[in-house]
Amino acid sequence: MTAATTGRRPAVSLPMWQGGGTRMGFFTDSSICIGCKACEVACKEWNGVPDIDTGFTGNSYDNTSALGANSWRHVAFVERPRPDTGDGVQWLMNSDVCKHCTRAACLDVCPTGAIFRSEFGTVVVQDDICNGCGYCVVACPFGVLERREEPDGRAFKCTLCYDRLEVGDEPACAKACPTQSIQFGPLEELRERAEKRLEEVKREPRFAGARLYGESKDDGVGGFGAFFLLLDEPEVYGLPPKPVYRRTDLALLWGAASVAASVLTLGVMGSLRWRRR
Amino acid sequence: MAAPVTAEPRVGGERQMVPRDKPRSYYGLPIVKRPAWTWEVPWYLFTGGTAGGLAAVAIFARGTGEAKLGRRARRLALAGAVVSPALLISDLGRPERFLNMLRVFRPTSPMSLGSWTLAGFGSALGAAEMADFVGLPNVVVGTLEAAAGILGPILANYTAVLLADTANPIWRGGRTILPFVFTGSSVAAAGASLCVAGPPEESVAARRMVAWGTAVEQASFLLMQRRLGPLAEPYRDGPAGRLAKVHRASSLTGAALISVLGRRSRKVAILGGALTLAGSAALRQCVYRAGFQSAADPRYLVDSQREAAAASGQGKTATG
Amino acid sequence: MGSNMAECHPVAFQWIVEAQGKGGKLIHVDPRFTRTSAMANLHIPIRAGSDIAFLGGLVHYILEQERYFRDYMVAYTNAATIIDERFLDTEDLDGFFSGWNEESGTYDTSSWQYQGGVIHASAGERGAPRPSGDGVTIEGAPPHSDPTLEHPHCVFQLLRRHYARYTPEMVERVCGVSQQKFLEAAETICDNSNRERTTAFVYAVGWTQHTVGVQFIRTGAIIQLLLGNMGRTGGGVMALRGHANIQGATDIATLFDVLPGYIQVPTAKDSPDLKQFCLDQGGAAGGYWGNLEAYLVSLLKAYWGDRATPDNQFGFDYLHRVTGDHSTYQSTLGMVDGSVKGFVVLGENPAVGSAHGGLHRKALRSLDWLVVRDLYEIETASFWYDSPETQSGEVRAEDIATEVFFMPAAANAEKSGSFTNTQRLLQWHDQAVEPRGDCRSDLSFTYYLGVKIREKLAASTEARDRALLDLTWDYPLDPKSGEPSAEAVLREISGRGPDGKLLAGFGALRADGSTSSGCWIYCGAFADDQNLPNRKRPGQEQSWVAPEWGWAWPLNRRVLYNRASADPEGKPWSERKRFVYWDEAQGKWVGPDVPDFPGDRRPDYQPPPGATAEAALSGDRPFIMQADGVGWLFAPSGVVDGPFPTHYEPHESPVRNPLYEQEHNPARQIFRRRDNPYNPTAGEPGSERFPFVMTTYRLTEHHTAGGMSRFLSRLSQLQPEMFCEVSPELAQERGLRPGGWATIITERTQIEARVLVTARVSALRLGDRVVHQVGLPYHWGSRGLSRGDSANDLFPLVLDPNVHIQETKAATCDIQPGRRPRAASR
Repeated sequence: MTAATTGRRPAVSLPMWQGGGTRMGFFTDSSICIGCKACEVACKEWNGVPDIDTGFTGNSYDNTSALGANSWRHVAFVERPRPDTGDGVQWLMNSDVCKHCTRAACLDVCPTGAIFRSEFGTVVVQDDICNGCGYCVVACPFGVLERREEPDGRAFKCTLCYDRLEVGDEPACAKACPTQSIQFGPLEELRERAEKRLEEVKREPRFAGARLYGESKDDGVGGFGAFFLLLDEPEVYGLPPKPVYRRTDLALLWGAASVAASVLTLGVMGSLRWRRR
Repeated sequence: MAAPVTAEPRVGGERQMVPRDKPRSYYGLPIVKRPAWTWEVPWYLFTGGTAGGLAAVAIFARGTGEAKLGRRARRLALAGAVVSPALLISDLGRPERFLNMLRVFRPTSPMSLGSWTLAGFGSALGAAEMADFVGLPNVVVGTLEAAAGILGPILANYTAVLLADTANPIWRGGRTILPFVFTGSSVAAAGASLCVAGPPEESVAARRMVAWGTAVEQASFLLMQRRLGPLAEPYRDGPAGRLAKVHRASSLTGAALISVLGRRSRKVAILGGALTLAGSAALRQCVYRAGFQSAADPRYLVDSQREAAAASGQGKTATG
Repeated sequence: MGSNMAECHPVAFQWIVEAQGKGGKLIHVDPRFTRTSAMANLHIPIRAGSDIAFLGGLVHYILEQERYFRDYMVAYTNAATIIDERFLDTEDLDGFFSGWNEESGTYDTSSWQYQGGVIHASAGERGAPRPSGDGVTIEGAPPHSDPTLEHPHCVFQLLRRHYARYTPEMVERVCGVSQQKFLEAAETICDNSNRERTTAFVYAVGWTQHTVGVQFIRTGAIIQLLLGNMGRTGGGVMALRGHANIQGATDIATLFDVLPGYIQVPTAKDSPDLKQFCLDQGGAAGGYWGNLEAYLVSLLKAYWGDRATPDNQFGFDYLHRVTGDHSTYQSTLGMVDGSVKGFVVLGENPAVGSAHGGLHRKALRSLDWLVVRDLYEIETASFWYDSPETQSGEVRAEDIATEVFFMPAAANAEKSGSFTNTQRLLQWHDQAVEPRGDCRSDLSFTYYLGVKIREKLAASTEARDRALLDLTWDYPLDPKSGEPSAEAVLREISGRGPDGKLLAGFGALRADGSTSSGCWIYCGAFADDQNLPNRKRPGQEQSWVAPEWGWAWPLNRRVLYNRASADPEGKPWSERKRFVYWDEAQGKWVGPDVPDFPGDRRPDYQPPPGATAEAALSGDRPFIMQADGVGWLFAPSGVVDGPFPTHYEPHESPVRNPLYEQEHNPARQIFRRRDNPYNPTAGEPGSERFPFVMTTYRLTEHHTAGGMSRFLSRLSQLQPEMFCEVSPELAQERGLRPGGWATIITERTQIEARVLVTARVSALRLGDRVVHQVGLPYHWGSRGLSRGDSANDLFPLVLDPNVHIQETKAATCDIQPGRRPRAASR
C-alpha cells in the first residue's frame, strides 16, 4: 500500500526535501555487480510492473536497454578494452535506477503534485494523482521517468519500494542482489561506506577509473539519493556526466521571459497609433 | 547439407560494441527521454502564443481608440484561447485532466503556472466578450480585457520557459533566449492574423507588429543558434532543420510582403499574413522537433555537460 | 575452470566476491569472457576441450619449479608409492597406457597396480563389477614406497615424466594461452598454496562434458594434492552442480547403477550372497567402506522393514541386478532400437537438454508410452506435434504412436523438502503456497504410483512382485491435500536404531538388521528428532564454520578430509590455517568443524595386523575413504581411461593432437550409426568443412533446458532469443552481422541463431594457425515465451567412458550468415 492509495498524503507536498526522518537511499557498487539482473526481476515482481518485450538487441547482454515506465532497474553491460593491461576485454555492469535527487526536477515541474518527497527522502509518483502530462519525462536529467502508454499515459518510475520501506523492509532489488552490489540504507551511512569502498577499489589496477557518481551534495542536483560507484565515465553507462537542476536556473528563465514580455507589451503599445489621441 | 539461403533481416549497418577508443555513449542510446507529448503541443505553442500577442493589442487599442482593431484582436485571441485548451486536453487524453492541473498551484512548475495563466486568460477574454455582448459598461469590459492583456504576454512566452526548464539539451541550452524567440514569433503572428482579418487601413499597428516581431524572432533565433554552438545541429539537420528553413523563408517573405505592399493591397496583406503565420507555426514545430532530435543523440547532452563543467571549472571528476 | 560461476551460480558467487574483498584473487580460465571473467583478476581464454594440457602444464610447472608442498605431498599422497614394473606410460606408447585392448576398446588395468599389492578403487566402469563408491581394498602386502621420491617407478617420477612435455610452450600451442598468461596463473596459484595459504579450484560441466571429462577433474585433484590444498580450509576441488538439488539426486541415487549413498547396485555377475558381496565391494581392509555391510543392511531395512530378515538376506535378492550399461544415452539408443518401450521423465527436458536432440526426439517417437512430469508442457512432452521435425514436415503427428502422459508438477515453493547443494549441505524449505489445480509434488506422484501398483499386485503370488509388496510404504499423509510427509521421508533416510529412535550418525549402523537408514551418508540428518537441515541460525551468531546452518553430510562435516589440515603429527600446518588438529591433553581431534577422522585416533596410531575398515587406518593417513589413506596422484584403479590424465583432442576437433600420435581418448564411447554421424575431425577428409570449435553454456537469465525460465515472461524478456557469440574476427571472416542471423552447421543438423558479435570471444592463436570458437547457449526450444533452436541438436553422441557423460563442451561446426532453410529437410 502506498500512501497514494491510502489517500493520506496531501496533493501538495513539501517541494524540496529538507530533512525530517532519516533519508534512505541506494549505493550501487558496480565493481561487484555480476550482471545477473535479479534486481530487474525482483523489482518487476514486487511492483507488478508490466512485461516489456524489447526483443534481442545485440548490445551485449542488455535487452532491457533503458530505464522506463516498465523497467525501474536496468543493468547496463559495457564491453571495452581492459584499461590496465590493454589486452583483453573488460565487461562493466551497473544496475541503474532512479536517482531520487536532492533537487528533483521531476518533483518540481510536476503540475499536479503527483510526485512527492516521502518521509524517507525518496521521490515517489502517486499513480492515482498523476495526470499524464509528461512534463516530468522531459524534465528528468537521467531519462528515468516515462509514460506508460497503456492504458492512459501516466508516468511511472522507481518508488524505492515505498510500500516496503513503510513496513521496515528493504527494497526488492537490494534484497535480491546476491553480491550486495545494491546496498540500501541511511544515505549518510552509505556515503561513508562508499568513500571507503572507493579507496579499496582504487588500489586494484583493473579498477583504474573508479569514481563515485552522485554521492556529492555539491553536484548539479544536490546529490543523489541513489548513487553509484562506477568504473568509467558516467556516459559510458548511459548516464549524464554532469546532470544539473537548479531553481536559480528557473528564476533566470522567468527573468528572461519577463523581459521578453515587457518588450512585447511596450512594443505593442508603440505599434499602435497613439497620435490620434 | 544445403547452405542457408534466407536473406538477412533488419540490421542497421556496422554496429559495434561501445566504441573502443573513447566511449562517449552507451550503444548510442539516448540518455534523456524524448518528449512524451503528441502533435497538439507545438500547435498549442503557436495558438497560445498568438493569442497572447493579440490580447495585448486588445487592451491598448482601447486606449488609442482603435476600437475595431481592438475588438478584432480580442475575438481572435478568444479563438486562440478556446483552441489552446482543446489542444491540451487532446494531448492529455481526458478533459478532467486539464481541470486537475488547476487543483494545485505550483510555482516551481512552469506547466502549473502556464495552466493557470491560460485558464485566467481564457476566462477573462470570454467574460469580456460576454460583457461586451450584453452591453455592460465599458469599464467592465475594459477591466476584463486588461486582465487578459496582462496575462497575454506571459502566455506568449511562458511556453519557452516550459521547454527550457527541462533536461532536453537543445531547449535547456537556449534557455535565456528562447523566450525572446517565442515573443517575437507571437507578436509577428498576432500582427499577421490581424492583417488577414481586417482591412489594411485598420491594420497599421498590425503591420508594425509583423515587422518588428519578425525582426526580434529572426535575430534572437539566430543568436540562440550561435550560442548553442554544436548543440544547434538539429536546427540545421533533419526534420527540425527543414522546418527551420520553411520558417525562415515564410516569415521573411510574409513580413516583407506586408511591410512593402501590405498597406496597398488586401490580397497581398492576406498572403503576407498567411506566410507570416505559417512561418511562426513552423518555428514552433521546428523548436519542438529539435527537442526530439537533441534527445535522440546522447552526444549533445554529454558534450554540452562536459563543456559546461569545464567552463565552470568542475574539472574531470564526474561526481555528477 | 570449466565453470561460469557468476552466471550459473550467482548466489554462491557472493562468497567469491566476499573473498576478493579480503584480497583473494580469482583466475578464470574459460573459452569465453563471461560474467565470471568480468569479476576475475585474471581471465585466460582457452580453446574449449584443451584443459588437461593447461592443467598438465601446471603440474609440470609445480614439479619442475619444485613448487609442491613437499611435506604434505610425501605424507598424504601416493607420490612415493612404487608402481608395477609392467606399467607403461603414454610417453612410451605415444598416447596409450599399457594394457590397451584394441578389439574391446578398453584397458586392462592390471599393469597399473601398486608394486606389491592390488588395489581396488572408487569410480570404475559403470555396469561392470567393481567396488562401491570410494571403496578400496588392498590385497597382499602393503605397497612398496620410496619416501625419497627417487625410485624411477615411484609415482612422483612417473608423474614428472608423464608431464615432461607439458611445457608453457606446449600449453600455448595446444590451448592458445600465451606463455606469459599461463605463467602468471601458475605463479599466482603456487604463491598462494603453502602452509599459510590455500587455493581452491571450482569447476562445473565445462570440465565434465568431455570425452575425457573425468580426467579433467583428476588433473585438478593432482594439482591440489601436490600443492597441499586438500582437506584444508580455502582449498579443495569444488564441483558446482547444475541444479539446486542435483547433489541430492546423486546422493539418493538417480544413476542406474548406484544405490543411495553410492553403494553399487549388484550386477548379475556379483555374488548372490550379501556378506560376500559386501566383502567384494567394501573390501576386507582400510577405510570406511569396510562397513559396507552395515550400510547396505540398514538400507535394505529402510526399504523392506520387518520383511527384511536375516533369513531372506534382508531382502538383498529383492534388489535388481544390473546386466549392462543402462546409462542415459544407452537407454535412448535402446528406445530408437526398440528395446526400451516406456520412459518416465521427471524434472528433465532431454529433447532440449541432452546431446543430439534430434536423436532423442527420434527415440521418443519410437516409444509405446511416455510420462513427462514438469511445470509446463516442455519440448520432451510436445515432441509429437511441436518439434523441429514436425515443423519441417519430416514427421507427422498422425504417424507417431507414442502415448504421452503429461503430468503437471508442483514447483519448489509449492512443496516442502530439502535441497542438497553443491557443498553437500542439506537445506530444508517449507511449502509457501498450495500447488494449483492438478499440480503435485514428485513425492506425491511417486507415493501414489507406488500405492496404485501395489493395489494392482495385491493378489499376486509371483516371487518377482514380493519386492514391491513388501516395501514399507506407509508415510503419513496430510489430511487435507493427501501429500505424503516429506519430513517422514527424511526421517527414514536419516535412520533409526533398534528402539525406533533416530540415530546420531552412520557410526551407529549395524549389519545385524537392528538399524535402518535410507542413505548411510545422510544418517544423523534427523538426530534427536530435530530436522537439522531446517536450522537457519545466521552466520554472525555462531562460529565461522556455521555448523548450525542446515546440515552437511556426512555427520555435518563442512570440510572433507579435514585431518589433512594438520601435519602428520597432528599439528596445524600453520597458525593461520589452524582448523582440525590433535589435542594431546584431551586426547582427541579438535577444531571448529567435525573432524573427518576417528575422533580419538592418535596421530601415531598404527593399525594392528588384520585390522579392517576404519580400524585399519593409520593415524597419519587423512584420506579415510581410500584403502591406503592417501590422495592419489596416480590412480591404480577406478578410472578406466588411464591412471594419469592425458591431453586428448575432443572427438571432433579442428586440430591434430600436438602431444601424441593418438588423437582422442581411445577409451571414449563412440556410437557409429547412421542417425549419429560425426563431423570429420582434423586429419580426416572433409574436416575443413567444420573449421570452428563450438561450445555450449548457460546464461543467468535462463535455467538449463528452459523448463523453468522460458515460460516466465520476466525471465524470457531478459534474453528473448537464441543467439550465438562470435568474435569480431570470425564475424568479419564469415560476414556475420551484429543482431542479424547465423546458421550453425554440423553433420547432425543446422540451427539458426541471432548474432552477438563480441570481443569477449577471442580468436585463439595455436602455433601458426588461428582457431575461432562459436559460443552457443543451450536454453532454447520450440516451446515457451522465448523460443529458438536448440544448440544441443548440433552435438553428437560420444561419451566419457567412466561416467558416460556426453561431449557437449567441444565439437566442430561451420557458421554461415542468414537463417536456416525453412520447411526443407534439416
